[in-house]
Amino acid sequence: MMSDVILKGRAFKFGDDISTDLIIPGKYSHLRSNLPELAKHVMEDADPTFAKKVKPSDFIIAGNNFGIGSSREHAALVIKMAGVNAILAKSVGRIFFRNAINQGLPVLICDTNKIDAGDEIEVNLTKGEITDSTKGIKLSFSKIPKVMLDILSEGGLIPYINKYGDFII
Amino acid sequence: MGKTLSEKILSEKSGVDARAGDIVISPVDLVFVQDTTGPLTIRQFREVKHGRLANPRQIAIFLDHAIPSPNRQLSNDHQFLRRFAEETGCLIFEGGSGICHQLVAEMFANPGDIIVGADSHTVTAGGLGAFATGMGSSDIAVVFALGKTWFRVPASFKIEVSGKFQKWVGAKDLILHLIGALGADGAAYKALEFNGEAVTHMTISQRLTIANMAVEAGAKVGLFPSDSITKRYLAAQGRANKYRALHPDADADYERLIAINAAELEPMVAIPHTVDNVVPVHILTGTKIDQVFIGTCTNGRLEDLATAAVILKNKKSHPHVRLIVAPASRQVLTAAMKAGYIETLIGAGATLLPPGCAACLGVHQGVLGDNEACISTANRNFKGRMGNPEASIYLASPATAAASAITSEITDPRKIL
Repeated sequence: MMSDVILKGRAFKFGDDISTDLIIPGKYSHLRSNLPELAKHVMEDADPTFAKKVKPSDFIIAGNNFGIGSSREHAALVIKMAGVNAILAKSVGRIFFRNAINQGLPVLICDTNKIDAGDEIEVNLTKGEITDSTKGIKLSFSKIPKVMLDILSEGGLIPYINKYGDFII
Repeated sequence: MGKTLSEKILSEKSGVDARAGDIVISPVDLVFVQDTTGPLTIRQFREVKHGRLANPRQIAIFLDHAIPSPNRQLSNDHQFLRRFAEETGCLIFEGGSGICHQLVAEMFANPGDIIVGADSHTVTAGGLGAFATGMGSSDIAVVFALGKTWFRVPASFKIEVSGKFQKWVGAKDLILHLIGALGADGAAYKALEFNGEAVTHMTISQRLTIANMAVEAGAKVGLFPSDSITKRYLAAQGRANKYRALHPDADADYERLIAINAAELEPMVAIPHTVDNVVPVHILTGTKIDQVFIGTCTNGRLEDLATAAVILKNKKSHPHVRLIVAPASRQVLTAAMKAGYIETLIGAGATLLPPGCAACLGVHQGVLGDNEACISTANRNFKGRMGNPEASIYLASPATAAASAITSEITDPRKIL
């Protein structure tokens, strides 16, 4: 029996419509083959102080449409590189959702209204529970398709394919 | 129960009875990257164990987002992509050939095909009846290696279009209106399937414009049935043998039905900073603009340049406006030169850019200054999109953009001619 996968950290709050252009703008296209440099600009046009303030294990808490726009996987990658534990949002862009899971970065769809910046968050991925310890409330998140859970549990799509050699559905 | 177009294509390709909500594995007919997503895709492909290209002739690299290269880092990325193509024998299209989605339409997309690309506007090929969708670099890297991927079969919205467009109102106004009605996530994970009397009269250029922006309502695909117009287009592109009639079943199950009367549409504009923030043009009368951008995978085709040329014929763009024009492909540019559109546009004061993405994504060729406003025929007006978060982007049709170039204010094209 595998033990529950539990993530703990602090909430970093964003609003609605955080597009991939805000997460990592096209103007930094020249840094896309230099990921450590690119990562310094994570979320820059949404919150210029984010890259300096974010700590490993923090959560990004967002409203509707997080990650809409471009297919650039760099958006999920730089968030992962910042050490973010998971993204909790009311809704996410379809391509970003796949990209984040493919990078091993959990994206959980839930009602984020009650979570405030700085709240202590605990996520039990196995049980599907989110706890805001600061507020003392529990939230549930939408079910993730099995193929994506399997990809997530291998740490991303490439390790998944290297393990199974194919998609297992 | 019959099938939607999405269910039909995914059933045929995956070999199972695919219904909305199912997860299927399907081979793909074409997989591609462009110059800003390609390098990461290739690095990830190289991490796949025993990674060989499944089929090099069904894999394409397009250099379009940053061409000619504005800096040394992107030049090095281009070198990296060229070298990969040389080593593997996959297809590569050099800078100046055109925007990936336009070239996919001109050279590859056929009714019933499945196409995936590392670019969100891959949906454009739905205008030709191809199930085409954007993915990120990891997914595309795995398609490079396996020649297939997994899909969740989308539920479909049926968009029933009746009536005839008023003069100077067209495909762009229709899709902006629809995105405004649906919202940016109103069709998340869904297929938008276009049908109705008006669709049977739409040119391929118009269908590509509409399919291109399906993703701006969150949709996975924007799909058109194929017909005699598709057949003529494929024949003109040297692919007459690739035509097949493809329609949804009459008793297909749709999650939602949306009726649009094209005759009731006005010229529409998406205002900063989201694509679903759509208003009729008259609301914006008097809004000053500094730059007009006509081009992109949404509206850089021959018909779009023709529209702009008719409006700008014997006129000048306003001295306070920079008018920039980027044809979507070399084929479009050549045809526009022969038809005299390029001469007209340059005569009106336009700066001509090479076929490619140009100013759309803020890399180069038209980055906006602080507090500037641009009216653009592109598909995104997100904050920072054109290289500056302190600038504003308004999205509109080529007709509205061209009319606005004359006045330096957002202008209803029906008032100019």
